Amino acid sequence: MQRSLFAQQPSVLIFISLLAIFTIVITVLSEGFGLGLVSTSFVKILGKTLCLCLIAIAMDLVWGYCGILSLGHFAFFGLGGYMIGMWLMYERTKDIVIASLASAELPPTAEEIREGIGTQIFGVVGGAEIPVVWYFADSLFAQLALVVLVPGLLALVFGWLAFRSRVTGVYLSILTQAMTLALSLYLFQNDSGLRGNNGLSGLQNLPGLTDVPQSVVSVWFFLASALALGLGYLLAAWVVSGKFGNVIRAIRDDETRIRFMGYPVEAYKLVVFTLTAVIAAIAGALYYPQAGIINPAEIAPIASIYLAVWVAIGGRGRLYGAVIGAATVSLLSSWFTGGQAPSIPLGFYTINWVDWWQVLLGLGFVLVTLFMPKGIGGLFDRLVRKDAA
Amino acid sequence: MSSLLEVTSISVSFDGFKAINNLSFEIGEQELRAIIGPNGAGKTTFMDIVTGKTRPDEGRVRFGEPQLDLLRLSESQIARAGVGRKFQRPTVFEAQSVRDNLMMALSNDRLPFSVLGYRATVEDGSRVLALAEEIGLSDELDRIAGELSHGQKQWLEIGMLLAQEPKLLLVDEPAAGMTLGEREHTTDLLRRAAETRAVVVVEHDMEFVRRLDCKVTVLHEGSVLAEGSLDHVTANAEVIDVYLGR
Repeated sequence: MQRSLFAQQPSVLIFISLLAIFTIVITVLSEGFGLGLVSTSFVKILGKTLCLCLIAIAMDLVWGYCGILSLGHFAFFGLGGYMIGMWLMYERTKDIVIASLASAELPPTAEEIREGIGTQIFGVVGGAEIPVVWYFADSLFAQLALVVLVPGLLALVFGWLAFRSRVTGVYLSILTQAMTLALSLYLFQNDSGLRGNNGLSGLQNLPGLTDVPQSVVSVWFFLASALALGLGYLLAAWVVSGKFGNVIRAIRDDETRIRFMGYPVEAYKLVVFTLTAVIAAIAGALYYPQAGIINPAEIAPIASIYLAVWVAIGGRGRLYGAVIGAATVSLLSSWFTGGQAPSIPLGFYTINWVDWWQVLLGLGFVLVTLFMPKGIGGLFDRLVRKDAA
Repeated sequence: MSSLLEVTSISVSFDGFKAINNLSFEIGEQELRAIIGPNGAGKTTFMDIVTGKTRPDEGRVRFGEPQLDLLRLSESQIARAGVGRKFQRPTVFEAQSVRDNLMMALSNDRLPFSVLGYRATVEDGSRVLALAEEIGLSDELDRIAGELSHGQKQWLEIGMLLAQEPKLLLVDEPAAGMTLGEREHTTDLLRRAAETRAVVVVEHDMEFVRRLDCKVTVLHEGSVLAEGSLDHVTANAEVIDVYLGR
């Protein structure tokens, strides 16, 4: 009586196929690997969009399925970006420092190299010492582990404290907002060890691979993002398809009842919260090397609210809905705010989309909430119902 | 007869109001018991205490063999130890199918990681079929629970409780809002359930209690007023005074 994942959720197979086709088409059309019809900057936008789709899946898992409206998941996304960014920036700066010291008569000592790196990276915040949090920054392996461990541990500790005290609903949402705000404010400080409001930059350059043009690097990251999204989708679909999925939906619908059935609700919430934080962190670690820069403004509370808006617009409780929402809104956003959308002259006033896009987005959110409570993804339900009828 | 649940002189007050006042209660391993009493007598608070939702200010609650101190366990641990509870309002998971509702209730491991790796066995499948048969929902297994009638939801919830295989079943007003036919079916279900476990039914409806034909405990102002057969307690002058005479 156990059916396979694909038989249970045909949308999984459709999604993976579409993603594969999309990935191949873009790669073939890219400047780095093919016909050059798609510009490098657009490949980066698409790659970043795939990462946003991945964090939207995490959001759907935690909110749409488990009913925890976390408004702090961008904190984990940002932390993932910072962790990989530290390695990228450190190693690249080290290469530059070694190159500049190469002309000296004596070969530079390790001490001199460290000083050089310290001055290069932390000069902007008035320091030359390499802070202790950068201890592992010269090891790619360690920083990759930290991408998972730092956000994972933060989510574990935060979630344990919050769920154990039975904080639910809007209070939990506020608490998660406070968490991301506190983290953002902390990182804004110059002595946080992560360059304050300057953040980390130059992340698009891969250490040791400076000869590889960005057109190629962009496709690498695009492919990695597509792979991560595909795997993340499969993982999420697997998690929600079985009994575990039924239990977390039950927690969303009636927490007390499932608790009296003997399910330790807090443990389930903690598992889902931490798992989605890790997915968000991996998405962030792939996003920021494509963006090139990360700073504390990225994890301001508004970012996590946008995430909830994407998932609501796309349709909660259906993984493809989250992907549709994130892709639609973020691509539209970069189109409108990128100056490509034509301004509308009204004679007495000109609608400039860079300013008015936010208004349009807000209006769209209100309309979707009022007239399509199941989001864009809900439209597919109607199609399927019609077919079946 | 050894007792399954031993509640010894518990008291609890909310903002000065004594909801439970030095209450003691015992029930055997295979017994059907009805608890009656006027509004505010402490029936629901009593259930809350046994299931871990409310902590008493004083007293002891012991359960099972070897004896467990229920006051030290969380709600979900108490449920896993073998106490099932049916709420007054039928609460089934309306977005999920009858089958999924029953599957979740089956007495399998309930910790997150074992549930994540759970695959339904043949026994689990046939157990669900047998339960559906018992609660009269065999033809509704693949329906969404939200589409069921009020009575069917009540039965599904009772079925889910039976699936948990509790040693003690606490049932809050099962007959509320049921038709006569549905009530008869519910009485049968409860009496059959009590053949293999302890069942405590809290009920307002005297007619329904009479049909259950079991020992009755009358609560009043948070303590036991009388205990015995229905005829015995309804003959008690105090009971008539506080409850029946009104």
